[in-house]
Amino acid sequence: MGLSGIEIFKQLPKTNCGDCGVPTCLAFAMKLAQGQAELASCPHVSEEATAALSEASAPPMRKVTVGTGEAAFTVGEETVLFRHDKTFVHPCAIGVAVSASESDETIDATVAAALAADFERVQQRLRCGFVSVVGSSDAARYAAVVSRIHAACDLPLVLQTDDVAELTAALDAVGDSKPLICGATTANADQVFALAKSKACPVVVRAEGLAAVMELTEKATAAGLTDIVIDSAPSSEGKAFRDRTFARRAALQKKVAALGYPVIAFPGAHAGGDELLETTYAAADVGSYASIIVLTGAEPWRMLPLLVLRQNLYTDPQRPMQAEAKIYPINNPGPDAPFFVTTNFSLTYFIVAGEIEGGKQPAYLGVVDAEGLSVLTAWAAGKFVPERIAKFVKDSGMAGTLSHREIIIPGAVAQISGELAEELDGWNVVVGPYEASDIPAFLRRRAG
Amino acid sequence: MTYTDPIENPAGAIQTVMLGTGYSSLAIGGAKALPFHFFDGVMPNPPRIAMEVYDAEPSGWPASLTEAIGDVISDPVAWAKACVEQWGADMVCVQLASTDPNGANRTPEEAAQTVKEIASAVNVPLVVYGCGNAEKDAEVLKKVAEVVSDTVLAIGSASDENYKPITAAALGYGHVVVAETPIDVNMAKQLNILITQMGLPSNRVLIDPSVGAVGYGVEYAFTVMQRLRLAALNQNDAMTQMPMICNLGREAWRSKEARATAEEEPIWGDAEKRGVLWETSTAITFALSGADVLVMRHPKAVATVRTAINGMLDQ
Repeated sequence: MGLSGIEIFKQLPKTNCGDCGVPTCLAFAMKLAQGQAELASCPHVSEEATAALSEASAPPMRKVTVGTGEAAFTVGEETVLFRHDKTFVHPCAIGVAVSASESDETIDATVAAALAADFERVQQRLRCGFVSVVGSSDAARYAAVVSRIHAACDLPLVLQTDDVAELTAALDAVGDSKPLICGATTANADQVFALAKSKACPVVVRAEGLAAVMELTEKATAAGLTDIVIDSAPSSEGKAFRDRTFARRAALQKKVAALGYPVIAFPGAHAGGDELLETTYAAADVGSYASIIVLTGAEPWRMLPLLVLRQNLYTDPQRPMQAEAKIYPINNPGPDAPFFVTTNFSLTYFIVAGEIEGGKQPAYLGVVDAEGLSVLTAWAAGKFVPERIAKFVKDSGMAGTLSHREIIIPGAVAQISGELAEELDGWNVVVGPYEASDIPAFLRRRAG
Repeated sequence: MTYTDPIENPAGAIQTVMLGTGYSSLAIGGAKALPFHFFDGVMPNPPRIAMEVYDAEPSGWPASLTEAIGDVISDPVAWAKACVEQWGADMVCVQLASTDPNGANRTPEEAAQTVKEIASAVNVPLVVYGCGNAEKDAEVLKKVAEVVSDTVLAIGSASDENYKPITAAALGYGHVVVAETPIDVNMAKQLNILITQMGLPSNRVLIDPSVGAVGYGVEYAFTVMQRLRLAALNQNDAMTQMPMICNLGREAWRSKEARATAEEEPIWGDAEKRGVLWETSTAITFALSGADVLVMRHPKAVATVRTAINGMLDQ
């Protein structure tokens, strides 16, 4: 990633033996540069070359996994500053903090809220990512709370305390679940790094400013740690934004390995108890390089916008999200309700479904698999054509659901109405509005 | 290894567009770096918040919104005054929705009268949007431009269908044009070229990139805006250097997630906070990607985004 194919090629044996499975050393070098091959596939590469290349070809930003099992999350490994340059890779984890000093009831309620923040959108599960337990300088209480939460939910844990006694007690209880130790400071680094090493857990290093953070990550690396998350302890949202931008640039553009780690953000630290402001800051964090975002609450009204925003910004620009191709009943339709069809480009689906819902009229929306393309593009590419739409309608069983035989197609593909009527024997094809925003008026005219 | 701040020095700069007049004048844009990248260059004017006022009482808005706006919702002038005096709006965005030929079909004269009354009631600049019907907007905005010519308005949106009459009106009466294209870098550039070729200086154009809310295409607008801004700053491409305006209030409040009551969607929780956050998370995303004017709706969302922008300025 750091090196070009030519730079890598210079380090290879240049024998074109083909033992790596690629015909020439140059072709192998190109694959290495694109991250499509592993250096270990070459049995003849020298030790010096391996050392030089593995250093240079290490990803500019480390991958860090927190937790175990299905709910574990992975962050890091980002390769671009702007999503249009390629894509953002691992969606940031958004979770909630609770203090061990709270009552068991309050802690249970927070955990319940975290588990309830669990939504589905475009066939993706969007949920609260973790529970962070804030220490209260009482090791026995801390271990008890951490164990209680661990028993109650499958979410990864963050151990948010600098108190080595608390960390030791908690890691004895839940160390196998790979919690994120949060964290190490200049004052406790030696002990916390030893704990992280012995339990093989990821660790946050916290120091004021990126220069001090670098000293700590270098110390952590020297102690044999690789799974590191950084926190520059910013005193404002603006400084948090600045530090994350600098860390991402330093890692990707300047190859500063000591800053090539995911960044954790605490938007509540700058919001003075204002939950709307905290959540708005968290939205800014999602859009500006934060990899782990710790909130002070997990209520659905704040988790939903953040999780949907994250889903949007972390979508691969080259691979648009697709809605599931099926029939969507909207506003409790009966057999006489109008029947719309559109494509499965997720944005098309959301906008059309949203307009029908907003129009307060019951309807069925048939979403045809058009390989994730919007209506006009799909039509031009031959993916939203009469044959496909007719097959979808026949397979959907709508003939049995509806008391009528009328199908409404998007106005943008009015030209296919005749051909579709031929394909769909016995159906009447109606041309709907060109713009989705005209659907409510269209439905009102039909109803009235 | 010692640490040095990895700063950049962009070659280009965003135009500074002046709106209003005298004491009410306000500078838009002017940045010489990406949004909030003070370490790279200046951002002399933070994103401005223009609060929406509809020329006739809107229908179908959720209670969480109408209750926050209150009784002024039926009186555009009182609404505009509340935006400025109570809620601290930097600007007022007059939405002339009632001129829609498929709706109330108010005349250009009536619309211009409304804008004139608002302009004389508040001491902040106005953005004036038509109803979205290209033909009617051209007639309405021409009249507005003529009747309210003692202050600099931003009028729009001008599309490839009606930019000629709207630009001519802006030229004739000294206004700024809002140029709208559907989420596309090249189309935005092309419309700016056409408008400036008519003789309107490039510091009298705002780009409206046609944004979508969180969950409804926010990522497309985010990326198109970032690409426009990078072209403006790094490539010094003059036809991308106009400030950007995001008409996002209506997009956020059109979404089901902002509108549904807690009874309709119990697993989504409190309706007002959810709606406000749908608007603020959309707004802050665009502030990060290059918006110089945020057109917003809910008073609480406006207050929250203003505080959030101030927090971003603290570096």
